[in-house]
Amino acid sequence: MSTATEQQELRYIEAIGLGMAEALETDYRVVVMGIDVGAGEGIFRVTRGLHERFGPDRILDTPISEMAFVGAAVGAAMGGMRPIVEIMFMDFIGVCLDPIINQAAKLPYMTNGALEVPIVFRTQTGAGKSAGAQHSQSLEAMLAHVPGLKVVMPATPRDACDLMLAAVADPAPVVFVENRRLYARRGPMSEESLPLGRARVVVKGEDVTVVTWGQYVGRCLEAAEIGEASLEVIDLRSIVPLDMETVIASVERTGRLLIAHEAVQDFGAGAEIAARVGRELFDLLRAPVRRLGAPTVPMPFNPMLERTLMPDAAAIAANARSLVAEG
Amino acid sequence: MCLIRAFELEVAKLYRDGEIPGFVHTSLGQEAVAAGVCGSLREDDYLATTHRGHGHVLAKGADLDGMMAELFGKASGLCGGRGGSMHIADPGRGILGANAIVGAGMPLATGAGLASKLMGQGRVAVAFFGEGAVNQGTFHEALNLCAIWDLPVLFACENNFYAEFSDSRTLTRVPSVAERAAAYGVVGETVHGNDVEAVAAATGAAVERCRSGEGPALIEFETYRWHGHYEGDAQPYRPDEEASSWRERDPLEITAMRLAEDGATTEELEEVRADAATRVTVAVEAARTAAEPDPKEVFAHVYGD
Repeated sequence: MSTATEQQELRYIEAIGLGMAEALETDYRVVVMGIDVGAGEGIFRVTRGLHERFGPDRILDTPISEMAFVGAAVGAAMGGMRPIVEIMFMDFIGVCLDPIINQAAKLPYMTNGALEVPIVFRTQTGAGKSAGAQHSQSLEAMLAHVPGLKVVMPATPRDACDLMLAAVADPAPVVFVENRRLYARRGPMSEESLPLGRARVVVKGEDVTVVTWGQYVGRCLEAAEIGEASLEVIDLRSIVPLDMETVIASVERTGRLLIAHEAVQDFGAGAEIAARVGRELFDLLRAPVRRLGAPTVPMPFNPMLERTLMPDAAAIAANARSLVAEG
Repeated sequence: MCLIRAFELEVAKLYRDGEIPGFVHTSLGQEAVAAGVCGSLREDDYLATTHRGHGHVLAKGADLDGMMAELFGKASGLCGGRGGSMHIADPGRGILGANAIVGAGMPLATGAGLASKLMGQGRVAVAFFGEGAVNQGTFHEALNLCAIWDLPVLFACENNFYAEFSDSRTLTRVPSVAERAAAYGVVGETVHGNDVEAVAAATGAAVERCRSGEGPALIEFETYRWHGHYEGDAQPYRPDEEASSWRERDPLEITAMRLAEDGATTEELEEVRADAATRVTVAVEAARTAAEPDPKEVFAHVYGD
């Protein structure tokens, strides 16, 4: 990364593209594959400029045929490439789970390390704009549940770029979950670079630790600004690996934990964090751990209904306040 | 072929005796396909196979002792005892693995073919699959992707007429797998799969076309599995006369007769069989006494570490 870039503010979407371009530039084994990622530059234009710069042999347009091209990306990784394969919406993973959960996640283990599957499954989520129930899901917990898959969810341009480069370099398969509601957001590339697997303490606080990721980092920061309780906001950055060290260190000080995320709350990644904190810090907790996510409902189309299912900053602040009131 | 036959007869017995855990699917009766196809490949060509893959993996050159030890789940197995019968792999020989998901090998072979093409390696990828996998989306999607990208991939279908417990001729209106290739602009052909010379001739020509950049090829090898879908399958679904008529077309006997016609003596043929049996016996003894994997290593290689 050049110094000039580090001094810039970039949009989240540009930072992802920058990460991919740098990976393509430095490693001939990197290819980008997916529906319309080439000449069409991607449905949200995340791959803008890549086709022109790297050509059709590196930026591969595929048919609408996820089982074939996601599986082929896995096979190409087994054959020595380092593919970045795009699954256009996270919901579409339903038609191509086999190569992800049965092949990429398991072959390195089943072959006792003889096969590596260095692949990045790029996908995106981001409810809140009436995309409907089949274009709005955050399924990170489902993927994190499968041994062998790393799952990253950047919330800032700096992290989007860094985590893309780290994901490409990683010997393990990595699911890279973007949030389309963040694509247009700008952020400083001067933010500190952290490795994959480290959470970021975004703001320091005294009363309540708020663990979050993706689109909800912004909402939690808004909640912190409401100011009724002092919130320490931790952006997890990756669900797997899960940086419990940073979370535990924070909760040891605050004694209170709220986990807030976009995904459905029940059986979500927040439950795992809550269980681990409960086990580690039971005697230190001043109140039971709280979770705040979407209710167990497919996301409705109606904008007003959708809003009611996505906890806002006021709801996050209210939960934090309740935690303080409890003890 | 003799080695595959000896290996699988012994494995079936060991499984019945409870010495081999898990599931075992044998390809007894189908040996000519494995030998004819894999014998027509380069050592660095890729192979993605199925749950019924012992023969393919052996014919591609995997170490016999390592395979047997893997079936026993031992540390000296090709996959350190983590894969077992359905997941044997040997990447150093291009063997990307047997696969326990029906139809999953085709997209993987497509990707290996893509890697070969992008890196200019001239390697061909072979995807073995049964006719039972032809109604999976992966067959259609992978064949189409290989066709539009001109990938060097051979789709090698072993049509043994039974998709697990069901007569596959009742599962589609188009029982010919070869005919389906036309839907994707790919040449498909049907070959008698118990005739190793016919298998090798068809494969050799198809692989040559793949390697020269003409894109994928599909060959349907008609054959028959002697045993059930898995070892222990009671097979109430197959007529006896069908099974016995195929046993009369034993690929090993067909080959032995041809060799005899070409001048091989009974002693020479018997020596080949005896040598295979001895190698398998030695492999079994070694696997039986081999060490179990170290439980301390059970967490290694989960996340690429």
